[in-house]
Amino acid sequence: MSLLIDVVAAGLMIAGLVFFIGATLGLLRFPDFYTRMHAAGKGDTLSTILILLGVAVYISKEVFFEHHWVVLLVMVKILSIAGFIMVTSPTSTHALMRAGYEDADEPDPQIPNKDQGAECLEDRPDHPPVMEDME
Amino acid sequence: MSGFILGVAVVLLLLVGALLYRVCVGPTAIDRIVAVNAIGTKTTVLLVLIGLRFDDVGMFVDFALAYGLLNFMGSLAAARYFQRSDKRAHESERHPAPVAPPGKARPGKVGS
Repeated sequence: MSLLIDVVAAGLMIAGLVFFIGATLGLLRFPDFYTRMHAAGKGDTLSTILILLGVAVYISKEVFFEHHWVVLLVMVKILSIAGFIMVTSPTSTHALMRAGYEDADEPDPQIPNKDQGAECLEDRPDHPPVMEDME
Repeated sequence: MSGFILGVAVVLLLLVGALLYRVCVGPTAIDRIVAVNAIGTKTTVLLVLIGLRFDDVGMFVDFALAYGLLNFMGSLAAARYFQRSDKRAHESERHPAPVAPPGKARPGKVGS
């Protein structure tokens, strides 16, 4: 039982680390302000919640096996931190995105968007040729 | 398990070191603020892990909660500051300050 709790806690922490590494890589390597914000806003929220859940599962051993009921309060505090991060991180991302948008920062032109979709389709070599001169 | 938690904390610290690059060379000011916000989120997690390491999670959880609050307030204040300063700059562009036309002299200087 103790081993099971350890494995679940370690799995949650490793998943959180993977998302943290992904968010950091996105923040470092994405070409655009908006895409960087996209990586930071989502990855940080999820990975923080995952690692804090892992810590809460890990210290729940003391409640189960040694009956330290004070640890239950600590678990509630850790889960409240997770809920707090879940509320505040998207809020601050929204505020920062709005502040950056009013800065009139243009998106990177190399990122394909909706307006360029038709041209990209015509440039594809396997696109069937348009027959205009058929009589 | 204790060594595993220490390893997770060390990896988080390395990620903070990698994010300092974005803080230093970020092209715009908002990029730097976003990176600092991400570092603050990582620090919140790191404080809880340090508490596990010292076998005193109950104390460090309070630190983490306070740090998360301060991080949120700081990023909101910075975002609002840049938003307002940008808006003020755009308004001064749109409605420039009235300049006296060059042909007319000021009334005080007419008689002299």
